Amino acid sequence: MVTLKLAYRNLVGAGLRTWLNVAVLSFTYVLIIWHQGLFSGMYEQASRDYIKDEIAGGQYWIDGYDPYDPLTLEESHGVILEPIESLIKEKQATPLLIRQGTIYPEGRVQSALIKGIDPDQTILDIPAHRLSSDEIHLPVMIGKLMAKRNSLHIGDEITIRWRDANGTFDAADGTIVEIMNTNVPTIDMGQLWVPLKRLQEMSGLVNEATIVVIGKGAREPKDLPGWKFKGHGVLLKDINDMIKSKRFGGAVLYVILLFLAMLAIFDTQVLSIFRRRKEIGTLMALGMIRSRVIALFTLEGAMHGILGIAIAAIYGIPILIYSAKTGIPLPSTGEEYGFALTTRLFPAYSAWLVCGTIFIIMVTVTIVSYLPSRKISHVKPTDALKGKLP
Amino acid sequence: MKNNVVIETQHLVKEFPIGGRKFTALNDVNLTFGKAEFTGVVGPSGSGKTTLLNIIGSLDAPSEGKAIVLGQSIGDLSHRNAARLRNEHFGFIFQTYNLFPVYSVFENVEFPLLLLTMSAADRKQAVLDALEWVGLFDKAKNRPAQLSGGESQRVAIARAMVKKPKIVLADEPTANLDAKNSHNILQTMEQLNRELGTTFVFATHDEKVIQYLRRIVTLEDGRVADDETRE
Repeated sequence: MVTLKLAYRNLVGAGLRTWLNVAVLSFTYVLIIWHQGLFSGMYEQASRDYIKDEIAGGQYWIDGYDPYDPLTLEESHGVILEPIESLIKEKQATPLLIRQGTIYPEGRVQSALIKGIDPDQTILDIPAHRLSSDEIHLPVMIGKLMAKRNSLHIGDEITIRWRDANGTFDAADGTIVEIMNTNVPTIDMGQLWVPLKRLQEMSGLVNEATIVVIGKGAREPKDLPGWKFKGHGVLLKDINDMIKSKRFGGAVLYVILLFLAMLAIFDTQVLSIFRRRKEIGTLMALGMIRSRVIALFTLEGAMHGILGIAIAAIYGIPILIYSAKTGIPLPSTGEEYGFALTTRLFPAYSAWLVCGTIFIIMVTVTIVSYLPSRKISHVKPTDALKGKLP
Repeated sequence: MKNNVVIETQHLVKEFPIGGRKFTALNDVNLTFGKAEFTGVVGPSGSGKTTLLNIIGSLDAPSEGKAIVLGQSIGDLSHRNAARLRNEHFGFIFQTYNLFPVYSVFENVEFPLLLLTMSAADRKQAVLDALEWVGLFDKAKNRPAQLSGGESQRVAIARAMVKKPKIVLADEPTANLDAKNSHNILQTMEQLNRELGTTFVFATHDEKVIQYLRRIVTLEDGRVADDETRE
């Protein structure tokens, strides 16, 4: 307690030197939390959009289906089994049939995934109801990026070619009835959405599906013969990995900030011990043991971190709350990032992020404060009183 | 302790290595200092005055021989026990005052008490008493930078005396002071010596100090050349 009191007195007494270090540390706290909050916000927002538009409460995949291997698509279909069928009837699930196809926008050939979806589904937050037109032979819905890349507009007709269950090629003209405004590129880029029953007829796969999306809060799903259930852990793994890789890139800034702050503390400590050699001798002469002198100097350094927290809280909390509420405008959309992002990114600060950052900085500050202070353990009081250090 | 002897040196030798050779700072020093003595160790620069005070004050250890202070052999003390001895029984007064610049006068004087177990109220009273002794009661809130040399040394005396130690070691306490201030602080120390029965040992070659001493030990080249008691 006495050491703490003395450390506080010394720290406050050091005046400007202390406050400069505290300012640097508080800036480090705020910037690191804000920066890491951006990644957390990015993950939260992307996960939310994926869950809302594509994943919902999880998906049943037909055995053999691999979204990253187009060659598996020809065989990735199966009859929907009874337990899933009842979920669909209860509007707690919706089936999707996925087929490989080709489109010819503006005379160019382009591969596309044709996805059949029930226009009456309510599981995914996409405007599938727009596909329920009886007047149009083959209504097609595409995403905004798909439309932009291929210069497609509502009302445009595109020729679609596909292979049916027997491997026979067939083709038809589809009419674009909706361009959906989604942030999720995996339901947008290179994809055509058509009515499920129509696609089942086109490909001769009546009552069959490739995946079945389960609604949030549906009965506890379990694996069925020929169907495997994929939960959020599996389905969000890619996005999680992608954010992790971006977070790792962002760690460079984290390390640089931490390094600069620690350099300031280390420099202050070295200077402080050098300037206060006689004081160290006097402390020993007055009866302070070496380990306590080391503790005093280490604590002084570590208290920069504590004062930094206090100052960071004063100006950092309003800044962080403001940025979390208003968001940060992004220079480009999710197209460039490769995953779901809107034009504004809303940082998210969890208690874990704040406490973790504080913990890491405090531990680092304490270690950095201790390292120069170790020198004191070799000091003889008589040498220190003369202003000598080993 | 026999006959109120608080400090005793027996064949005390202190050597320092200098450039591969040994320099003998103290050579076969045999001295005793009694309770409430007001003694000066005098001699020219390099005669071993400060070294003797450092060993008595347990800031350094003898190379040979013994220094027994308050019944404890300095050479045998661990670092921790030496610190405890200094903390409980010694007051130090330095030539350059060695006050803590970021502390107020009150806090500087309070410092040695913080290392002892004492209630806040007792501590405050002890500090105020010590400041009263040295006549700096009204400067309690000042910082050392706001004090004159004489005032700074009086704060150092208050700091040394605040815990009413058995021994005060003063190394050239008047070296940075003018004649008036030197007399002031010496009168203060002499008064405290008489009132509190504290043993004062000075290392000095200042004539102004010597005239106040009741015993003068003269060191020459690390040996005791003379030991004169006067009343």
